[in-house]
Formats: sequence, C-alpha cells, structure tokens
Amino acid sequence: MKTISRIYTALIFIFLFAPIVILLVFSFNEAKSLSVFSGFSLKWYRELFRDEATLSSVKNTLLLATSAMVISTVIGTAASVGIQRLRSKFYRSVMNTVTDIPMTNPDIITGISLMLMFVFVGRLFGAGTSLNFWTMLIAHVTFCLPYIILQVLPKLQQMDPALPEAAMDLGCTPLRAFFKATLPEIMPGVITGAIMAFTLSLDDFVISYFTSGNGFQTLPIRIYNMTKKTVTPKMYALSTIIFFVILALLLLTNLTNNDDARRMKEARRNQNQTKT
Amino acid sequence: MKQSVQFRKGRGHHLLLAPYSVWSALFIVVPLVFIAYYAFTDNNFAFTTENITRFFTTKSNVTAADGSVSEVRTYLLIFMRSLKLSVISTALCLLLGYPTAYIMARSSDRAQKIMLTLIMIPMWMNFLIRTYAWMTILQDTGILNGLLSSLHLPNIHIIGTESAVVIGMVYDYFPYMVLPIYSIMAKMDVRLLEAARDLGCNGVSVLRRVIFPLSLPGVLSGITMVLIPSISTFYISQKLGSGKFFLIGDAIEGQYIANNLHFAAAMAFILMLILLVCMYLMKYFTNRHLYGGGEA
Repeated sequence: MKTISRIYTALIFIFLFAPIVILLVFSFNEAKSLSVFSGFSLKWYRELFRDEATLSSVKNTLLLATSAMVISTVIGTAASVGIQRLRSKFYRSVMNTVTDIPMTNPDIITGISLMLMFVFVGRLFGAGTSLNFWTMLIAHVTFCLPYIILQVLPKLQQMDPALPEAAMDLGCTPLRAFFKATLPEIMPGVITGAIMAFTLSLDDFVISYFTSGNGFQTLPIRIYNMTKKTVTPKMYALSTIIFFVILALLLLTNLTNNDDARRMKEARRNQNQTKT
Repeated sequence: MKQSVQFRKGRGHHLLLAPYSVWSALFIVVPLVFIAYYAFTDNNFAFTTENITRFFTTKSNVTAADGSVSEVRTYLLIFMRSLKLSVISTALCLLLGYPTAYIMARSSDRAQKIMLTLIMIPMWMNFLIRTYAWMTILQDTGILNGLLSSLHLPNIHIIGTESAVVIGMVYDYFPYMVLPIYSIMAKMDVRLLEAARDLGCNGVSVLRRVIFPLSLPGVLSGITMVLIPSISTFYISQKLGSGKFFLIGDAIEGQYIANNLHFAAAMAFILMLILLVCMYLMKYFTNRHLYGGGEA
C-alpha cells in the first residue's frame, strides 16, 4: 500500500511540475525552439529586461496590488468589526449573502458586470473610454474584500469580547480600545487576509481584462497580449522569474503561517482543557 | 457572541460598516442589476427579450468529420460543450485529487507541509502561464511529440482537441480540488477511524462509511471551486483548443470584443442563473444527505 501511494504521489507531482520545469529549462535555451535544447544562454533574459512594456506592466501590477490590498484591508477590517457587532439578524444575513457573491460568481460575470456599469456611467458623463486605473482598482478592491472579511471575522468571534470592554472600562476611547485591545488579537487574520488580497490582485487576469482600459496594463494582461502572437522564449524567462519570486514568497509566508497554525492549535487545546 | 449582545449600546459599529455597505451596494449589487438591464435592452436601451431568445434560437451549420452538414443551435451547443468539458474536468480532478488529499492527510507532519507547499506552488503561477506551458508541451512539434519521436513511437495530434482542453482545465484547477478535501481530512478525528475498525469495518468500508461521508463538505467545495472557473473559462479553450471550438466564456468574451455588450450581458445573465440553480440544488441535496438521517 505504501509503495503504491508513493508512486501515485510521485506521478501527481510530476504532472504538476513537468510544465513548470519545461518552462524553466527552455528559458535558458539558445535557440527559439521549444522541443530541442541547443545550448545554454541568457539572451531571452536580456531581451526581457529590454522590453519596456513588460517592465512597466510589472510596476503597474505592484502599484495596483498594493493599493487594492491597503484599501480592502482597511474597509474589510472595519466592516468585520461592524458585522460582528450587528444585532439585527436580517442585516447580518444580508451582509453575508452580499459578501458571498464575488466569491461564488465566476470571474467572468464579476468582470462583465463591473465593466457594464463603468461603461454606462462613463457614457452618462460623455467620456470616450471609461476604463482606466481607477476602474481596475475598484474591481480589485471589490473581489479582495470578501477574503479579508472571511479571514478577520472568525478571529473576532474567537476573541474574548471582555477585552475591548475592559480597555474601555479602564478609560480608553472606543477607537483606542480597538487599536490597543482588539487589533492585536485579530492581527493574524488581518495579515493573512492582506496577503491573500495582494496575491489575488497580482494574479488576477479575467476581471482585470474586462475592467482595464488601453492605457493601463498589468502583468497578466501583458502576458495575455504576448501569448496572442507567436511567442518568443522571453515569456519563459518571465515565467521563470515569477516562479522564483513566488517560491521565495511562499517559503517566507509558510514560515509565518506554520507559526500561526501552531498557535491556533494550541488555543484550541487550551479551550478543550478548560472544558473538561 | 453570547456576551457581546449586550455589549456597548453605541452606534459606532454602523459607522464602521458604512464604507463596506456602500461599497458592496455600489460595486457588487448594482453591477449585477446592470447585467440584467443590459440583457433585456437593445442598443438604445429600449426593453427587448431579443438577446435572450437569440441565445436559444440562433442556428448555424456545422460540418462533421465525415463531411455531412447539419444545422445546430449555436449557443446551446456552445453551452452544452462547456458543461460537458467542465464536468469531465471536475470529475477527473476529483478522481485524481481525492487519493492525493487522502495520502497527504495520512503522511507525517513534515511530509504534509512539504506536499502542501508543492501543491500550492503551481497555483500561485498565473493560469495564463500554466496553460501556455501545456500548449508548448502538446503542440504537434512540441515536447511530448519530441519525446515520442526519440522513443521511435508514432506522434500524436492532441492540440486543438477537446482532450487538450480537458488536460488544461484539470491541470489549472487541480489544487482547488485537493486543498479543501485535504483540509477536512487533516482535521478528521483519527479515533473515529479506529472505532470503525474496532467495530469490524475493513479498509474499504472505513473509506465508504466513515471517511467519505465526513469528507463530503470538502468534496463539494472542491467541486464548486473547479466547476465554476472551468465552465466559464475563455483562455484555456482558445490556446489548447486552437480556437477551433468555443466555450461559453469565449462566446461572452467574443461579444465583448465585438462591442456587442447587450448580447454579452444576456449570456452572462443566463450563465449566472444556471449556476445559481446548480449551486442551490447541490446545497439542498447535500444538506438532505448530511442531516436527513437514515442509511444513505
């Protein structure tokens, strides 16, 4: 049984990584061929770094992802605190349903729906093209928000409600109590949510595709445009760099995440002990 | 929760919720209304059902492989094809992903962590890149055929077929199937499995009677997480299907490119309704299965 499951796992991981390995290897290929490796060369990397459009799209992507992350984290965290304290069951279930919509709808629908609204409103104001950086930012914040709320809300529910209360009894204003008592407690959720928002925004293609104008190009849209024509191994060089950046990020966040998971496990164990 | 009910009678939380309420009303709810609005209006924004009927009635001629020509309902055919390919891909993901998740959950802590990271790495690469990588593998002059030639085996033609699209979908969305199932299995109480064995279950019936029913919520969220993006995709079919056949996502994108927004909205509207009904039915049946009691 053990050998069968080992072989099975190995096959699955070969399936998952074969395409990536092939991209990595052929990004160093001297010739343009995608099936014959003719010699090691860095020429596709050199060409990539001469490609102004791609470089500026990287800058755009980072700008957009950072802005979307900051805005959605602030609005989402505030909203979570608000939802947590809602007394009206109706209002609460409305908020939950609305929050679910961008997560359950296919991306293409979210993208199309926002685009239709932007185009309609743009036409009202007589603008020729209504899609630009700001429409993309709105779209990205919109699809990031549910992830922040889903990460922060459980942390608020786990928190002892006596904590901010005690802070206020000791003379804190509600705002100060939030920053001094609540925020440190829910911080792991806020950070995980923010990281998720950042990566979702970096990675998004479909919604960006429908809400972006001609002027502002993010990296996924640039990749899309590059793959429309016949592709040079420049694409592979780009993918290789992205792969190593992701690998580094993943290893970094994994270290913090593991710590996080361990702490949660501990908390649960303590809870069980007090129960028995 | 219990204590927070009488906690601070202030109205501050409405203030905190206000930005999100306004945001979600403006950018989640209103845009959906716009889909319906565009779907039921013509270019001058006068009411019409023509966009909807066009989806169901447009006909075109297709030439089969043997040269015979037959008349089909274009968009219904496209929709059924999307449904077929995405259901096949979802089933394959489940078939391959369930054992993977099971093996992962039964491994040592260290191995679990490594495998989890390995599963997530491809997920973090943009799906355009992942799809493109498969294109270079499956091309007629690609790596797969290069490999076959060097082994003196006959080459295969796979790019531009439905199989190639299914491979792309399975590859792109495989982690979304494994992760939810794994996270449920990793939390499963081992004592339950031991109890089942003590009570006389063999390996297969432990799997059928204990592990599978308990993992059902993970399986369901895996199915929705694979089915929804694969039914609505528009890049995979263009690249791996060589643009030879359309999926519903391609049809919507095509109308968007052609600036035919009202018909694009109508198709998006229909797709959304169908998915909503599917999700509702799925939820209904699993709730009945999970909590309905009785021998399943």
